[in-house]
Amino acid sequence: MKTFDISDRDHYRTKVFPSPFHSRQAALNENKVWSRWYDYQSVPAYTCETHDYFAGRNACGVFDLTPMTKHRIGGPDALPYLERLMTRRMEKIRPGRVGYGVWCDDHGQVIDDGTVFHLREGDYRLCSQEHQLDWLLMNAEGFDVEVFEETHDVAALAVQGPTSFAILRDMGLPGIEKLTPFGLAHFDFEGTELTISRTGYTGDLGYELWIDPDHAERLWDRLFAAGEQRGIKPLGSKALDMLRIEAGFILAGVDFMPAMHTVRPGHTRSPFELGLDWLVDFTKPLFNGRRALLREKAEGSRYAFARLDIEDNKPAHNAYVFDKKGNTIGWVTSAMWSPSAKKNIALATVETPHDQPGEDLQVEIYYQRELQWNRKMAKAKVVEGPFWAPERRRATPPGEW
Amino acid sequence: MTDRQRRIIVIGAGHNGLVCAATLARAGHQVTVFEARHRSGGAATTREFAPGFRVSAGAHLLHALDPAIAKEMNLAKHGLAYAATGLGTVALAPDGQWLRYRGGKLEGPGALDADREAMKIFDRQMDRFAALLRNLRSEVPPRLGTRDRGALLALGRLGWAIRRLGRDDMREFLRIAGINVYDVLNERFDNPLLKGALSLDGTLGAHLGPRSNNSVFNLLNRYTREGYAIPAGGLGAVSAAMADAARAAGADVRTHCPVRRIVVDFDRAAGVRLETGEELAADVVISNADPKTTFIELLGQRHLEAGFAHRVRNIRSNGGVAKLHLALDGLPAFNGLDEAMTGQRLVIAPDPDYVERAFNHAKYGEFSKHPALEITIPSLHDNRLAAPGQHVLCANVQWAPYHLKGGWNGARRHLVEACLVMLEQYAPGIREQVLHHELRSPWDLEQEFGMSGGHWHHAELALDQSMMLRPVPGAAQYATPVNGLYLCGAGSHPGGGIMGNAGRNAAWVVDRDLAAGTTGTPEPTEDEA
Amino acid sequence: MKKYDAIVIGAGHNGIANAAFLQKAGLDVLLVEKNDWIGGASVSRNLHEDWIYSNCSYVCSLLRPEVYRALDLAKYGLQVVPYGGSVTFSSDGDYLGRYTDPDASRREYQRHSPRDADALHRYERDVMRQCRFIRQFLLRTAPDPTSFKPRDLLELLHIGRELWALGEDTIYDTMRFYTMSIADYLDEYFENPLIKAAKAGSGIIGSAMGVMSPGTAYVLLHHAMGDVDGTAGAWGFARGGMGAIAKAMNACFEDHGGTTITGSGVEQITTRGGRVTGVALANGDEYHARTVVSNMTLPRTFLECMDPNDLRPEFLDKCRNFKIRGSSGKLNIALDGLPEFTALRGNPELIQADMHLVDSIEKLERAYDDWKDGRWSREPYLDMLIPSLTDPTMAPPGKHFMSVFVQYVPPKIEGRDWTDADRDAFGDNVLNRIEAYAPGFRDRVMHVEVRTPRELENEVGLTEGNIFQGELTMDQLLFNRPIPGYAQYRGPVKGLYLCGSSNHPGGGVMAAPGANAAREILRDLRRPNTVPEGWTDD
Repeated sequence: MKTFDISDRDHYRTKVFPSPFHSRQAALNENKVWSRWYDYQSVPAYTCETHDYFAGRNACGVFDLTPMTKHRIGGPDALPYLERLMTRRMEKIRPGRVGYGVWCDDHGQVIDDGTVFHLREGDYRLCSQEHQLDWLLMNAEGFDVEVFEETHDVAALAVQGPTSFAILRDMGLPGIEKLTPFGLAHFDFEGTELTISRTGYTGDLGYELWIDPDHAERLWDRLFAAGEQRGIKPLGSKALDMLRIEAGFILAGVDFMPAMHTVRPGHTRSPFELGLDWLVDFTKPLFNGRRALLREKAEGSRYAFARLDIEDNKPAHNAYVFDKKGNTIGWVTSAMWSPSAKKNIALATVETPHDQPGEDLQVEIYYQRELQWNRKMAKAKVVEGPFWAPERRRATPPGEW
Repeated sequence: MTDRQRRIIVIGAGHNGLVCAATLARAGHQVTVFEARHRSGGAATTREFAPGFRVSAGAHLLHALDPAIAKEMNLAKHGLAYAATGLGTVALAPDGQWLRYRGGKLEGPGALDADREAMKIFDRQMDRFAALLRNLRSEVPPRLGTRDRGALLALGRLGWAIRRLGRDDMREFLRIAGINVYDVLNERFDNPLLKGALSLDGTLGAHLGPRSNNSVFNLLNRYTREGYAIPAGGLGAVSAAMADAARAAGADVRTHCPVRRIVVDFDRAAGVRLETGEELAADVVISNADPKTTFIELLGQRHLEAGFAHRVRNIRSNGGVAKLHLALDGLPAFNGLDEAMTGQRLVIAPDPDYVERAFNHAKYGEFSKHPALEITIPSLHDNRLAAPGQHVLCANVQWAPYHLKGGWNGARRHLVEACLVMLEQYAPGIREQVLHHELRSPWDLEQEFGMSGGHWHHAELALDQSMMLRPVPGAAQYATPVNGLYLCGAGSHPGGGIMGNAGRNAAWVVDRDLAAGTTGTPEPTEDEA
Repeated sequence: MKKYDAIVIGAGHNGIANAAFLQKAGLDVLLVEKNDWIGGASVSRNLHEDWIYSNCSYVCSLLRPEVYRALDLAKYGLQVVPYGGSVTFSSDGDYLGRYTDPDASRREYQRHSPRDADALHRYERDVMRQCRFIRQFLLRTAPDPTSFKPRDLLELLHIGRELWALGEDTIYDTMRFYTMSIADYLDEYFENPLIKAAKAGSGIIGSAMGVMSPGTAYVLLHHAMGDVDGTAGAWGFARGGMGAIAKAMNACFEDHGGTTITGSGVEQITTRGGRVTGVALANGDEYHARTVVSNMTLPRTFLECMDPNDLRPEFLDKCRNFKIRGSSGKLNIALDGLPEFTALRGNPELIQADMHLVDSIEKLERAYDDWKDGRWSREPYLDMLIPSLTDPTMAPPGKHFMSVFVQYVPPKIEGRDWTDADRDAFGDNVLNRIEAYAPGFRDRVMHVEVRTPRELENEVGLTEGNIFQGELTMDQLLFNRPIPGYAQYRGPVKGLYLCGSSNHPGGGVMAAPGANAAREILRDLRRPNTVPEGWTDD
């Protein structure tokens, strides 16, 4: 159920609210440790992060997405509005489809990235890390659109992993097998609408489920009942972070600074600098940042996004990146040992042109062993594409496991 | 059509539009000006407001027309003549005292000896400071924070010009340029009457009280040593001469042709669509309309990036001056003034606190109960404006905010009454002489001249909306974020006031860009780490 | 009489900081103070039973951390404890709170305007850009733009470079920020009237301008550019009241061998042959030094304590024209128990926060109109705090000290001097205003000290009662502060220096003018510099 009322003056008495799935999460949260995600309690790890992680890679992991910021955009001008807002072409995202995108300020600097769900003709949901109402409403001037935040009105679960399809099918969702990647469909769930999109933040087969908060607990129960024999487990935010790094996905505030929060000159990034060239469509006559990005394209970017494969097994957290000659050319923004790729991987910001696949770089790793700090210069290679991209993520209908 | 010749459309035949059109036509371009109203001239216009009585319906005095522009356009040849020049300002006191000033010369029974000396010093400094700003009028504002050498040179020139004032004047300029006229006047003068009139000069046409910072800047923008001029036939004669000059240079000036939209083809302005539905293509579209009208109404915000559109929406452009026109059955008898003095620029602003209190109302959406007035009786100089023995009186009435609480309907007569009560005090018997009256609120001015908010300058002329900030960063060099679309109106540097520089500067930029083949403004530079 | 190396006049925080830096450099320094106590406006007074009042300045944020550390103020007993949050009451019985918890704060803004809750990020980003820009110049001497000296030219170039480095758009934002009114500035971010009113107060505190006056956006910086332990914009209480700051600084000064004498003010700064020779006190004592540093306001220094024949008439004119207008007053209240603000419904967090009575931009501006007419505002802007909720030393257990800052209050009532009756009527109006929001409040008042500009001037020496020692307007900022040509802490007479808030970078308990002046003095005396450079904020 919906767990708080935004018009309540006494909201301060509770600093962090339970999510609509809280009762179920609490029962499974073996560590009894909670973290915060904006207004909600979130679980960092139900058992341990590795255990949680393998639920997502090996069977089916369930993550509570409710705290993610959700905006609704509708009205006659919704499409032209989104075309001006987003750098990619939005008309290609037909009803029943989802698209990943970024949006920029006038300087072509990324405000945030997120997914746009074309729920029904002209009715869109935008999911993102940051709150965007100010920018979205600023953009709405001159368009006949309605924009509002609906974060608390929609409970959401990410259901990710190789058995996720079979579990949902067994839950009794006819037609779920027809859902292609980035597709969405609406189902009846005990008299209310359950929206399912074949999307996720793990780079694997997976779905996201969207429902009225009053039905949240029921959804959780039915899902876990259906998945009992197929290894369903909840997964926490630490495991999700591992999953997304393996998939090569960026995170606002970690891999780039959202422009609306950036005080220091030069600390923001353009889509090109985040490796998102494919999301910028100059065949559109106008979108926020178009002129600046045209110029950047012509003159070259200062930074680039790189996925690094690093020798040895010590995660390169917060490491500086050097070229072969030892010049500092960037820094690591996310790093981990990849349990699936069995590689030491990292996402990094590097100066151009050091992002070319195959480029040999070095990273300076600090690691601790029995309280003692060690330093190591490790060889790193720029690689193309995600570190983990199993074929099963694309198959339609998906496999059983 | 030569190689250099391009089709250019100018929206609006106000004086800046005409200057721009004439300048480009002289450069060999094919220029068409579309004017919504039945005559050209914009707010520089003369019209009959009552049978047999004609007034300058917008601006009523000339003080800033760039002589270089008048010469380039040969306005004299095209019929511009002056009914009066060198008019001084006569400040009226309720007790019948008055004083007159023009430049550093202070005279009249109300003038104090101590102030005479102070006025000379004041005038010398103000004139030097005003000259600094005047010299900037014919410059395209530089973009800051870029590696553009031109910008650095322009800044260097400005810095050098300020340094050339000498140490003392430079210090004084840097001290007072950003503050208010009330404090500066109190430092220099004793006579409330003189300070009151200069306070009005510092706040005329602006949403500022004498105590508001920025009013020194406004004073400098208006400062004139030569005094004010009234063209024969009213201000409409200026624009008539300009229209004539533009046509003579080859521009096609079409009145009664309202533009409905600026037509955008992909990412550039490709022409205009008229109210009639007719579409006309152009290589360049130049808008003399105010920036909000241009970007929000004519172009549409969906053709702009959101940050830029946000800036445009935040332009402060609400006018605060109403215009009062009186048809009089005789020459009003202002206390203590002879006919020669009555023909000057008369000011009712007896002390700075009076002006400040008049402004207080404007802050809260009320008109001043005791407004400050700038008055001319142009018929004294020009017998074409009224029948012999009859006169017209024009007055700028401060303050009368565009957004009046409760709206302007029904409020106009109360403001007229407030003005007449006051005028009666200064010119006993004037009420009896009034045959007709007309009060044009900023809302009416918006309707008549199409300038949003009814603001003289299209956008408040304040430090935060001047130079490279005018009307907004990103469009301050006349080019706009939309390729092929330019601004040339009072909303751009250096602002309104019938000077024509915005139009001429815009023409230079357009001609330069056409020659270079880059009719678009580069986007703001990215932050340099 | 003993001869000192330097005499510092006025043991306000800038004077003490200045004396301490000079003493640390090996000078023999005398600090003279007219009151029986030290601290100036950074003071803790015991005026009622066991209560301690921070009876002038009342919160700490701007105090430069570089100075804090260089003078080792922690060692000398200073402790600054941050407090969180703020609340603005609206007349319809609701309020806008700001909590220390960022999510609770966002929800609170969302409650009033979901859009403004997000716009807050954009607003804070832009204000923080301005803070970062100005902060680097706080511990630097402003260049003289008319000078051709290499040092001034280099400093000008430095400022230009730093400005250029902001990038094109932020430069424009900076130009606008310095010239706009806080009301217009806020309109570009927020839609909700209460949110705007809550933010606007910072644009006028201590200033004789209204929220609609251009130039007030900048004043905001003097309430935003500080920090507590690196948390930008945070405010704290000096444990034991604001006097603890002066006390710690003075302990440092005396520990290094400095001498402080209190109880007799300077009657005259003595000169001979165009240079200072020392000071003559009201009690007849004379002290000699070749360096005299005045922490007094500009007008007090030159119009009251110097022989006019030693100064050029134009200089004296400029001192007379210096804008130093009182605009605020203060009530210091001993309370029998906590006030119960109806709107708060017992909210235990916000009662500890910075509480404001202000409703709308229009009411704030009308409060200023009263001031212009020479009256105290009928509906004043109130900034209220109960330090005893955070600092147990301020009042006996269960009792409280409440500090109420009031704006606007004119330096003169309709042109005439304040009388005791005026003061009492003014205080009464303020108490009634609070009572309207917290019924029963007046019954809990055990003692109240009402301070108008008259008291601030007579007791603390702040001319006209201006808390910043001079208006923070463009004509009195940077190289224009206090007056053009004298912005580098050197007076017009040899050996005379200025170290008060009349000088760059202005008021607030910052200690920057005192530190900067010390650096200039040591430079002139060719002594090793003991004054820290500003910390970088990159």
